[in-house]
Amino acid sequence: MNREEKLKRQSNIRNFSIIAHIDHGKSTLADRILERTNALTSREMKAQLLDSMDLERERGITIKLNAVQLKYKAKDGEEYTFHLIDTPGHVDFTYEVSRSLAACEGAVLVVDAAQGIEAQTLANVYLALDNNLEIIPVINKIDLPSAEPERVRNEIEEVIGLDASEAVLASAKAGIGIEDILEQVVKTVPAPTGDPDAPLKALIFDSLYDAYRGVVAYIRVVEGSVKVGDKIKMMATGAEFEVNEVGVFTPKSTLVDELTVGDVGFLSASIKNVGDTRVGDTITNAKNGSTEPLPGYRKLNPMVYCGLYPIDTAKFNDLREALEKLQLNDSALQFEPETSQALGFGFRCGFLGLLHMEIIQERIEREFKIDLITTAPSVIYDVHMTNGTQIKVDNPSNLPDPQKIDHVEEPYVKATMMAPNEYVGAIMELCQQKRGIFINMQYQGENRVNIIYEIPLAEIVYDFFDQLKSSTRGYASFDYELIGYKPSSLVKMDILLNAEKVDALSFIVHKDFAYERGKVIVEKLKELIPRQQFEVPVQAAIGQKIVARSTIKSMGKNVLAKCYGGDISRKRKLLEKQKEGKKRMKQVGSVEVPQEAFMAVLKMDDNNTKK
Amino acid sequence: MIKAAYLHIPFCEHICHYCDFNKVFLKGQPVDEYLLALEQEMILTLQKYPTNGLETIFVGGGTPTSLNEKQLDRFCESINRNLPRSSNLEFTFEANPGDLTKGKLQILKDAGVNRLSLGVQTFNEELLKKIGRVHRAKDVYQTVDNAKAVGFENISIDLIFSLPTQTINDFKESLSEAFTLDIQHYSAYSLIIEPKTVFYNLMQKGKLPTPGEDMEAAMYVLLMEEMERNNFNQYEISNFSKPGYESKHNLTYWNNDYYYGFGAGAHCYVDGWRRSNAGPLKKYMELIDNGNLPIFQEHQTSKAEQIEEEMFLGLRKTDGVSISHFIDKYEIDPLQLFEKEIANLISKKWIEIKDDNIYLTKTGRLLGNEVFQSFLGVTN
Repeated sequence: MNREEKLKRQSNIRNFSIIAHIDHGKSTLADRILERTNALTSREMKAQLLDSMDLERERGITIKLNAVQLKYKAKDGEEYTFHLIDTPGHVDFTYEVSRSLAACEGAVLVVDAAQGIEAQTLANVYLALDNNLEIIPVINKIDLPSAEPERVRNEIEEVIGLDASEAVLASAKAGIGIEDILEQVVKTVPAPTGDPDAPLKALIFDSLYDAYRGVVAYIRVVEGSVKVGDKIKMMATGAEFEVNEVGVFTPKSTLVDELTVGDVGFLSASIKNVGDTRVGDTITNAKNGSTEPLPGYRKLNPMVYCGLYPIDTAKFNDLREALEKLQLNDSALQFEPETSQALGFGFRCGFLGLLHMEIIQERIEREFKIDLITTAPSVIYDVHMTNGTQIKVDNPSNLPDPQKIDHVEEPYVKATMMAPNEYVGAIMELCQQKRGIFINMQYQGENRVNIIYEIPLAEIVYDFFDQLKSSTRGYASFDYELIGYKPSSLVKMDILLNAEKVDALSFIVHKDFAYERGKVIVEKLKELIPRQQFEVPVQAAIGQKIVARSTIKSMGKNVLAKCYGGDISRKRKLLEKQKEGKKRMKQVGSVEVPQEAFMAVLKMDDNNTKK
Repeated sequence: MIKAAYLHIPFCEHICHYCDFNKVFLKGQPVDEYLLALEQEMILTLQKYPTNGLETIFVGGGTPTSLNEKQLDRFCESINRNLPRSSNLEFTFEANPGDLTKGKLQILKDAGVNRLSLGVQTFNEELLKKIGRVHRAKDVYQTVDNAKAVGFENISIDLIFSLPTQTINDFKESLSEAFTLDIQHYSAYSLIIEPKTVFYNLMQKGKLPTPGEDMEAAMYVLLMEEMERNNFNQYEISNFSKPGYESKHNLTYWNNDYYYGFGAGAHCYVDGWRRSNAGPLKKYMELIDNGNLPIFQEHQTSKAEQIEEEMFLGLRKTDGVSISHFIDKYEIDPLQLFEKEIANLISKKWIEIKDDNIYLTKTGRLLGNEVFQSFLGVTN
């Protein structure tokens, strides 16, 4: 293509994301758009195509970014090239959202016609506005009997301040309004600006590792162009490579000759070292390249830490490799080796939130086949010592002796919750329980309230979201941001099994809640740890003082009485199953402890959580 | 050499709440056709895997005594026609108290059946109803008397403990009743809730008040003490007898010896192969009608599996595993092969070694599964 052709093509490119709250219909809309642009024959359509990771389909959420190139013949007779970049909807993945938004010029904001705007949507819309994206409001699910499109239209105007007079009324499920959305994308989303003849500037917004091709970088070309054989340089690391292939996802990965301004696609260049391609970095030409990198992303720091230990100690190195591979396209994941007396060698890992943590844990177990022990999550505490120094503690067992501590500060978040009026009481009660400080309450629209609390992050990372959902029958939405540290009366609670302290079970708790939590957790452990050969006392202690105690009884009887009419295979299977169950337990001193026990501290509030 | 045969009669007039064996309601079933198929299976099998003579035949179910007198007669005749026997054959029929009429008893006796195994389960009338049994305690006394009158000298009863709502006193009373019968053998099993039973469904709904692990252990200990006090020798986890009345058939399994298994859903172990038959009657009879063995699944045991099974089956016996026999059979010393496991189990006081035998201690009997598991997956 010559310059003229490139510029002509560029003027017909539209890059956009879809922003939506979970369940508001983002994936269905993406599917409809793919159908409407004939990206796939309907036979090829798998339900909810963009969520391609098994885990994503199962949980109905989007984790990894996906970018699809689509061709759309608009009413004006022109053919347009769309790049649809998917965004995750969960609060843990704000960082990923900012990555995908940075590759776009516009965003389709999907709001459920019955439920209205949710806290998380709001957060993502603001992110989009920060990125100067044009927003196309879409009111979805208008075919539902409970749909109130006019109320939602007002809400969009009042709560976000967007002009919603041209909001598209749609039903992705019923295929209503899809054409209007696509036409709006053509009209409203600006074409990419940028000079195709300038030195290359391409933003890496995601990457994955392929055993045959090395690192595959997902890029958005902002300036210049890139083709096979080009020598490229990573601006942050300085590493240089020769491009092996460039391509786009249609959504099948399809090789192309060249990627130019506005294109969203991928490139591979025999990049073996994961660290050479950082998400957020800018790719330029090796010679006469650009000197000014694109603005990267607001790099998010992990908020939640936990220990990950292989049950089979021989798998320590496999676990390291797994974490490295995952970190490649998830730079929010952090890890460093640590040792626990109880669990041996493992890693202290940092996550954006609890869901992020669960997803990583599940991916390691599924994709890398490593059985894990996960310790209870912890936040980072600022510990001010009596000698005037200050240390950061992300592992409760590392909290120094109380005598050496002057005071401890813990991270607080500003928690924003939106819900229908009738749940205000329930939300406030929950926030009080979680040591929350009331900040503000605003009525938005007719029947919705926006409630703001400051709450210790440590309370949020446990099961706050689950409890919020259950106490509001799923109607409340929730978002939070870190606001800084505040002093707190915190103590370390140690757990002793058979009179031995198990470092991996220690946790930090507010003094006022310590006794109660100690009581609950020893009972919980008694339930979770199977009976052992001997009676095992379970104790919770603060310093030398035992605050709660329970006892795991010794095994009573475990022997198969029947002979099953000679069905020996069945006997064998039963024994094998029992033995397999033991393999998933960790020997701690003389006690065999199952995985779940290490997370027991999380489930402390089960009693008042309706499941 | 094959010295044992199990035959399965999958028909029942009533189905007990705990039973997960292969069985169907008797009414409307093709019983005669089934018995013909069973005979055909014996013929086909014996052609392929002959025997010099069986030392034990065990007819179980289902309810073997749900057959009518004519069917029973023909069935016994077909067993005797097709299965070669040694001179000291143990020939057992399972029976429900109450089902065994004098006529049926006489047919069995005449056919050479010399051992009866009665499904008594408990003497507590309330519990009998709760577990779906239709016989009453008095039926047990009557049946045992009748059997003795016909000339049976080797009678066993099955008991179940840890039944829903059962107390230790209930069980104690059942044991006392059981000892008044003047019989030679007892099997006593703790209730195991299996899927596809009434009890399982109740348990899923949280409506099955079982006595729990500790009570079950207490009942088992009581059982062992009471048996000992009444001079019944515990020769296996769940089996007790007067000297010389140990069930040869049960011992076949625990000795890891070969056995035929005839009938729908039956299991066999022959020439290193463990096989199970098709369970559904229609499928079973169809396979036989087409001249096939009615095999549903088969698995050739590896040497490692045989060794593991030798251990976890053998240790069920009070005498345990004979080291010299093990060495003869597998040309390997179990004490070396399982050195680590055995040392660990001895330190836990769950097994002991004396002279030629490795066997469970009394504590070990309560925790047999813990012991058995340790021998799995060790050999390669």
